[in-house]
Amino acid sequence: MSKVIVVTSGKGGVGKTTTSASFSSGLALRGNKTVVIDFDVGLRNLDLIMGCERRVVYDIINVINGEVSLKQALIKDKNCDNLYILPASQTRDKEALNLEGVERILNELRETFDYIVCDSPAGIESGAFTAMYFADEALVVTNPEVSSVRDSDRILGILAAKSKRAVDGLDSVKEHLLVTRYDPKRVEAGEMLSVTDIQEILRIPLIGVIPESESVLQASNAGTPAIHLDKSDVAEAYRDVVGRFMGEEGLPMRFVTVEKKGFFKRLLGGR
Amino acid sequence: MSMISGLISYLRGNEKKTAIVAKERLQIILAHERAGRGAPAPDYLPALQEELMVVIAKYIHIDRESINVQLEKHGEYDVLELNITLPDKMRLNR
Repeated sequence: MSKVIVVTSGKGGVGKTTTSASFSSGLALRGNKTVVIDFDVGLRNLDLIMGCERRVVYDIINVINGEVSLKQALIKDKNCDNLYILPASQTRDKEALNLEGVERILNELRETFDYIVCDSPAGIESGAFTAMYFADEALVVTNPEVSSVRDSDRILGILAAKSKRAVDGLDSVKEHLLVTRYDPKRVEAGEMLSVTDIQEILRIPLIGVIPESESVLQASNAGTPAIHLDKSDVAEAYRDVVGRFMGEEGLPMRFVTVEKKGFFKRLLGGR
Repeated sequence: MSMISGLISYLRGNEKKTAIVAKERLQIILAHERAGRGAPAPDYLPALQEELMVVIAKYIHIDRESINVQLEKHGEYDVLELNITLPDKMRLNR
């Protein structure tokens, strides 16, 4: 039974696309047939983060309008065998991304894929709404910062009241809190909301914490999802998220406390 | 805050950490916003109101409009509010 997962946040710039790219790659690395869809019509960026921008020929609107088949529009990922990308349209009108069309595409994808990851645009307008409407589960990406937490709360309200599952009276959308850009040093200094604070406020289960890291920019520069980076905290943290999502138990929550550098690490100047 | 009072509170060490301020502000604003969008009233409310009406009418003469049952959200908990307006001259049946 395939699952539709929306990566959402309300606020922009918190790491939705970074997360969509790494999360879908992580699912594929574990052998799941996975597709990741960019819902940000007019401002597509997932292709850049996945490093497939030059291979985009058709997009989701072409498929919805019946101009090409789904198979023609899907782009095979360069790093993972089981991963495909469905890009957003860069030029077309947002209104073309209608619920009926998206439902048709999702139903077709469900026949082939185990996981369908929907990268939501920021905001709560139609694009974001369409991205979350059909979700079975939601990754709510939140920065330890007041406006991001507030917007996440708003998104949780919409998921609970207006998603298809809510409207049809099915089990509610399973929500996961993903805290990104976390800086344990600043948390310890009392300058940043802690994971516990955010959980207490939003009251949904925590699926992971991604530390603030320079490697996220390096990954996007290179067009390689951060999860593929060697020896990076961010990559490890995303792998943990995927593990927890797939039901692996006993994974400790890493990167939430200030790491005490060992003697050799200090000596060698490692970070 | 003037520089002097800032300095005093700094020396006393009672400067509130900004993370705590952030948390408190969020808790207040979100409690407010959640109450605003709130879930629709649960469907047992009319029946509850009806049954309460029957019980109260055994002792006090009141009309239908003078009982009001509401469910409100106050932060972490729900409050079931029962509001009964008694007639000016309360007549007990007994």
